[in-house]
Amino acid sequence: MYEPKMTLTDEEKGTLAGQEGETKAKMMECLVRYGDLFGAKRLLPVTHKQGHFVTSFGINMLKPVFPLMDDLIAAGLKCPEGFTVDPRPLDYANVKAGPLEKFVFDHFIYGQQAHYEEQLTKIGLSGKDAFTCTCYLREVGNTPKEGDILSWAESSAVVYANSVLGARCNRNSGILEMFGTILGKAPEFGFLTDEGRKAAWRILVKTTKRPEAQILGSAIGMKVLAEVPYVEGLDRYLKPLPDEDTIGYLKDFGAATASNGAVGLYHIAGLTPEAKRLGEALLVPEARTYLIDDAELERVYASYPLMWKHPHAKAHKCFIGCPHLTLKQLNDWTDKMTAGLRESGKKKLAVYSVFTAAPAVAEEFKKTPKYQEFLATGAHLSSICPLMYTNNPIAGKKPIMTTSNKLRTYSMSRYYKDDAALAILVGKERN
Amino acid sequence: MKEFKGRVIFGGAFKGEAAVSHQGFNTLASFEKSALSSTCKDIIISDQNNPDLYGVHVTGKALCLPMTIGSTTGGMVIQTVASRGLAPAAWLFASDIDSLAASGIILSRVWNKVPLIAIDRLGVDFLVEVKTGDRIEIREDGTVLVG
Repeated sequence: MYEPKMTLTDEEKGTLAGQEGETKAKMMECLVRYGDLFGAKRLLPVTHKQGHFVTSFGINMLKPVFPLMDDLIAAGLKCPEGFTVDPRPLDYANVKAGPLEKFVFDHFIYGQQAHYEEQLTKIGLSGKDAFTCTCYLREVGNTPKEGDILSWAESSAVVYANSVLGARCNRNSGILEMFGTILGKAPEFGFLTDEGRKAAWRILVKTTKRPEAQILGSAIGMKVLAEVPYVEGLDRYLKPLPDEDTIGYLKDFGAATASNGAVGLYHIAGLTPEAKRLGEALLVPEARTYLIDDAELERVYASYPLMWKHPHAKAHKCFIGCPHLTLKQLNDWTDKMTAGLRESGKKKLAVYSVFTAAPAVAEEFKKTPKYQEFLATGAHLSSICPLMYTNNPIAGKKPIMTTSNKLRTYSMSRYYKDDAALAILVGKERN
Repeated sequence: MKEFKGRVIFGGAFKGEAAVSHQGFNTLASFEKSALSSTCKDIIISDQNNPDLYGVHVTGKALCLPMTIGSTTGGMVIQTVASRGLAPAAWLFASDIDSLAASGIILSRVWNKVPLIAIDRLGVDFLVEVKTGDRIEIREDGTVLVG
């Protein structure tokens, strides 16, 4: 049996020793080893018990995951207050796929999807609409409060929960987050401690206009990797939380820091909860400085490789919403597309465009008159995971546009700034 | 031959070839293309943002890196490629191991009985010295010999 370095309660020791079965003992061993590696002194109780998991896809290659899930189900284990999970990889109703694509997706790549969703349901999935990466949005409702201890994964959700909500969650891996949620425990290290939430980088934003969230996040992520940035000069461009525009901006900014680097927590001076409360006391004494001006953002933007086989090909599809869009972002895109089409004299978007949002957000949007305007542009609304749709050999070969830096990172998709993408979609410019 | 000493996370003896990333190693972006193939026998790194390793074969090698970055599927992806016999045999970190790599290596060992070697805290000079293709010897006590 593994000899833990951290102090465990008698109950935790019993679980580790197998008193609650072999499966639970192995789960506890993984969690304790994980904590021991990072110097955790103990396990903390998870206070926001609804989990969020990163693995939503029944992808055939995940060979060890399906039997592992069977082990949990056979042991009768379940998440006590359920869980949300990242978006589904497929949505034929709203994201068109040819017969060959469908055949390959259904039989080869995502052949385990139905089976895996059954497994997720058995361990406590929070309903058929629980598939989104933006579980923390008001409409979805898996929203921790400041100080809550979480056992979540999904890099964009973790960084949002830590930074914008002030909850406490490490960058847990898929599977480990599930073990923590079921056991109701999280090892106390990193972002679960006051010390681990201090910033090693002071980021000075000195741009002449509001920086593109996706590029600013990318630049910071690539610079600081896993360390915590304290960002100054950005609050002058954003309204105080919980402004909906600020929520959307910070969601996209955080996702870029997490995917282009490994940021799990950021502080925005004057804006995010801990920065407002503690200010520069969050900076460690030896914090390094990174100055971001217009030229630096352009340098980062120009460094992105173009992975399309034919650089001048017409875009096959455009995905907007990775992470999933907020209701405000859907409304804003609708207004911009409608106005853009009016100016260009076109009736429909020039590229097959998919806007993605959580099922609950999409339902809210559909209740508004704006949805009809959205449909009139020819745009498509889906709750698919653009990342899982595009990072496979079939879809990946096609020239796909995106405004998401996360999607750019994990697929062959080409990144466009919002305005540049809009100009192409409404037919003012060709990509 | 240069000698480095790190913290043994999971020990083991190894002699083989180095594959070196000087930047954060994006696990999902690096492994996904090869791992998606059911017939894959050797992972070829597919992260277009990593000029050090893009197109390099890494299965069975000693992966030398500062840390892993990117998606929190990272640990599960490591577990997956390890269970399929496709993972780098040894993971050598210049600084502290990160939470995602740690999770993947723990899951591989505890759940799938795949004994990946992992040593961290080898120091920044380690990544200055080691080059892709170098011969690497790892000893049980965390000693890493390069060249």
